Amino acid sequence: MIQLYKMAWRDLGRNRRRTFFSMLALAFGVALLVFMDSFIAGEMRDALQLAIKLQSGHLQVRTATYNEDKTSLKWEDLIENPDAVAARIAARPEVQVATPRLYATGIVVAGDTSAGVRVVGIDPDSAASAPFSEGMTSGSYLTADDRGGLLMGRTLADKLKLSSGDKVNLLVNTSNGDVDQQPFVIRGLFSTGTPGYDQNTIFLPLSKAQAIARADNRASIILILLKDQDQTDALAAALQEPAYQIKTYNQMNPLLNEFEQYANAMMYVFYLIVLGITATVIVNTLVMSVFERTREIGILSAMGMRGGRIMAMFFAESSLLAVGGITMGVALGSLISAFVQRYGIFIGDFGVTGIFIGERIYTYLTLKDIITLAIMAFVITLLSAIYPAMVAARLEPVEALHGGK
Amino acid sequence: MEVTRVENVTRVFTIGKVETQALRGISLSIEEGEFTALVGPSGSGKTTLLQLLGCLDQPTGGQVFVKGQDVSRLNRNQRADMRRGTIGFVFQFFALIPTLTAYENIEMPLLLNKHTPTERRDRVMQLLEAVDLADRAHHRPDQMSGGEQQRAAVARALAPHPAIVLADEPTANLDTANGEQVMDIMTRLNQETGVTFVFATHDPRVIKYARRVITLRDGIVA
Repeated sequence: MIQLYKMAWRDLGRNRRRTFFSMLALAFGVALLVFMDSFIAGEMRDALQLAIKLQSGHLQVRTATYNEDKTSLKWEDLIENPDAVAARIAARPEVQVATPRLYATGIVVAGDTSAGVRVVGIDPDSAASAPFSEGMTSGSYLTADDRGGLLMGRTLADKLKLSSGDKVNLLVNTSNGDVDQQPFVIRGLFSTGTPGYDQNTIFLPLSKAQAIARADNRASIILILLKDQDQTDALAAALQEPAYQIKTYNQMNPLLNEFEQYANAMMYVFYLIVLGITATVIVNTLVMSVFERTREIGILSAMGMRGGRIMAMFFAESSLLAVGGITMGVALGSLISAFVQRYGIFIGDFGVTGIFIGERIYTYLTLKDIITLAIMAFVITLLSAIYPAMVAARLEPVEALHGGK
Repeated sequence: MEVTRVENVTRVFTIGKVETQALRGISLSIEEGEFTALVGPSGSGKTTLLQLLGCLDQPTGGQVFVKGQDVSRLNRNQRADMRRGTIGFVFQFFALIPTLTAYENIEMPLLLNKHTPTERRDRVMQLLEAVDLADRAHHRPDQMSGGEQQRAAVARALAPHPAIVLADEPTANLDTANGEQVMDIMTRLNQETGVTFVFATHDPRVIKYARRVITLRDGIVA
């Protein structure tokens, strides 16, 4: 075996330039896949964390009859005394924060322009509201007792040509099916870095939102953030009771899960396409090597080397090419991924409805992904040696001995 | 004791629609320890007969026996197994593996025969001494002269203690001095070790070394 690899190593060294470029082709393919893999993984990971942070939390408590799609404001669909419920949940050790939120649909009108919005009543002081307070781009943040101010997403404000301090009319659907209208001052503009979220969201203090929506002391949900995401299912089970439905972040982001599965499946197809192309380069290299070494194959065959061992010689060469190419590719791909993991790639408003995608995508590379890709690339490169190895093994010794003459 | 025997062997090559009869029914036997020359003009069938004796090729008709076993209809791998360790080859061109040193080239048939590292080292060193190449052990073929390469090829052929060494025009690409040196070494090893040598040649200076001469003409023993 050692001799086999020694010969393979030296054979590859005969034409160093060709060997190098074959390895380079494989390296570029692997680097591209490492980057693509980390890009998709980063996008999915960020999208999930954004969804948890901005909208779903790790868990939500809702009444058993609450229908999220209808943004129901019927009293029987809302949680009564939400602060007390939230406080009870927040007392659990695994909970980082639990806060009530009220959702309503509305229209913001500014002069001749208007836009449909989602009105969210929040506790401005809750830690769960930190992404909004930290994302203020102008004006001032809300206070819990503010009765005439709102926060508007910067993207929406840009669309309506509004800025902090401007006045708008807000029309909000109420719990009894009417529409209420009140003037508000834009206290400030926020950016979560997620244009899809910022262009249709308006924040009010919870008490004001309850008042304008006629929800009295009720909330749509209790949003829960955990100290450890892995505790989600355990806490969901612990919070179960007939009056409530407990939703986990996975249940609340089904599109994200489907998109991730789809993206993973597409990545495998992409793997096969890219590695298939690099495999043709390896096949070409090894076929040329067979033709250049026909007489040597004849000599080895004359010494009694069986076809299987001649094949093994070419598999040894392709495995060395694979190790070299994959090592270079993983190094290059990891470098690029590490750079993008730190600085991100600006993509702006990607605009996929139902999925939170930030303005920047940061790659996320795991050892598992690298190992999976390396094994796949290794196997495909080895498989690419089958044809040249069979050509070599099937050479008749007599013809092979004369082949180099 | 008989090492190899052919009985009424024929070999027909078909190229396109043209059939060429290289051997037309040859019968002969080679005994252990012989130092035999196959002579004859180009196209007389010397190389074809050596290839049949060496299990590199199969006869169209007749039978070939090596150490008593009929090898005429063995498949590719069975013929490889028969060659390995039993038959050594020396070719007209200096048939060394260019990426391996003289030492590694001689060691190769021992590796194929699964000898232990100690056995391999001892045998290779012994053969390097025998062919006067001890100082060239770690040189690659492109760092050696034609004569040195052919001596290494002789050493490689002898490495696994074969029953017979078949040499096809072993001196054809060598100058007189190197040719004689190679033949001297082959003669000495034949005498010292008793290994059987059959070599094809049409060089009168080489034929004189043979103790038995088989002359071929137009595919038959003349």
